[in-house]
Amino acid sequence: MTARVALVLVSHSADLARGAAELAGQMAPDVLVRGVGGGPDGGLGTSLDAIQKNLSEVLAALADAALADAAPARGALGSSASGTPGGGVVVLGDLGSSVLTVEAALELDESLAERVVLARAPFVEGAVAAAVTAHGGADLDTVLESANASVRMFAAIEAAQSAEASEAASAGGAGSSGTVTVRNPLGLHARPAALVSRKVAELGATVTIDGVDASSVLQLMALGATQGRELLVEATGDGAAEAVASVVAMIDAGFGEV
Amino acid sequence: MALDADWAERWVRRTADAVADAKDELTELDRQIGDGDHGENLHRGFQAVVARLDDAAAERGTGDERTVGDVLKLVATTLMSTVGGASGPLYGTAYLRAAKVSGRVQIDSPAVVAVLEAALEGVASRGKATVGEKTMVDAWQAAVDAAEAASGDGGSEVDVLQAAAEAADKAATGTIPMIATKGRASYLGERSAGHEDPGARSTALVLGAAMAAALSGPTPADPRSAA
Repeated sequence: MTARVALVLVSHSADLARGAAELAGQMAPDVLVRGVGGGPDGGLGTSLDAIQKNLSEVLAALADAALADAAPARGALGSSASGTPGGGVVVLGDLGSSVLTVEAALELDESLAERVVLARAPFVEGAVAAAVTAHGGADLDTVLESANASVRMFAAIEAAQSAEASEAASAGGAGSSGTVTVRNPLGLHARPAALVSRKVAELGATVTIDGVDASSVLQLMALGATQGRELLVEATGDGAAEAVASVVAMIDAGFGEV
Repeated sequence: MALDADWAERWVRRTADAVADAKDELTELDRQIGDGDHGENLHRGFQAVVARLDDAAAERGTGDERTVGDVLKLVATTLMSTVGGASGPLYGTAYLRAAKVSGRVQIDSPAVVAVLEAALEGVASRGKATVGEKTMVDAWQAAVDAAEAASGDGGSEVDVLQAAAEAADKAATGTIPMIATKGRASYLGERSAGHEDPGARSTALVLGAAMAAALSGPTPADPRSAA
């Protein structure tokens, strides 16, 4: 099953594009993530032709996947040739000419505008956040918003950490909490953070870990929780106790790395 | 004398020559306040444009009619594909928007003004820049203002382009004391003052070539006159 939203990451550097695609893809194996980097001469820069080629290939792949998914249920004719409803491509660019060239590609082919959107987000953080959101089956607007929201991550973390001390004492009410120690040697790095955030997104409750939003892979990674650190897991809302138990168990199991 | 597609082609070929001559100067300007690739990138782009014009000339039948916009559209897509830096989509969008308002065999003075206005609008919207930020918009805006005035005074196509070219040249020089707030140079903040903006300079070259192409007939660089 392929997620209905794919990512195209456009960088000045072929290495950076490839690396960002690898990083985002590792956390969201169902999502088609494509890195496009370098100029027309292969050096640093941006190539319109490469962007156009990758966009059309990714759109074609999404359409194929939609046909394959739809075929058993209602026959190939029942599916849109342009992919699943709500599907499409979120594009991220790194610096000036990447962004400008993507915009130019969208202006040159107006038919793209319906299914391709450009995020205004930090390249790596936006790609990771978008990939994890897309992995959950979210639609184009939701994935775009997830990428765009990543720019607010740094401020959110600072606010959470400064509020942590005062809020810890007053927590209570319908909430639930528990503590767990990080056991795997690498700690809450990218892959475990993605697993936790995806799990939390599935649960109905609102979950925080050491004060940060546990449904945000970026905020979890930014905790820098290494092996041996004790984490406070708190939840409010429906199924709060189960959510805490589930997250605690997940972290305690060591993500298959112990 | 209204301007036609042959003028547009002469304009572009003269631009390629002017950029080739000024390549090192543009690169040096860009090295001071940018990433040092403006001259090389633009040169590569306009050489590719010339190659495509040569191909198109070889394929074109003698009776085939071209619009000014046909030539400008070819320039737009070629620059976007081959320049590789920010000036590719910026100039590409300028030529693309200009092509949209010049889909005619001949254009008169007001239509020349409309071409320049469309180009300015393309650069400004693509780069999200306005006047005074030390970018190519400064040169384009000055050119459009001067062209509008010249056309309003009843000037010919040559008069309009001459006014535009002179204003762009002056505006490019005028970017020297500015502090950049858009583009790569804005990372330098106050240290960007004292250097001419390379995009404003290349805009002056482009518009100087437009004027020269209007003043002259077919040049020896035009393959059909050389044949």
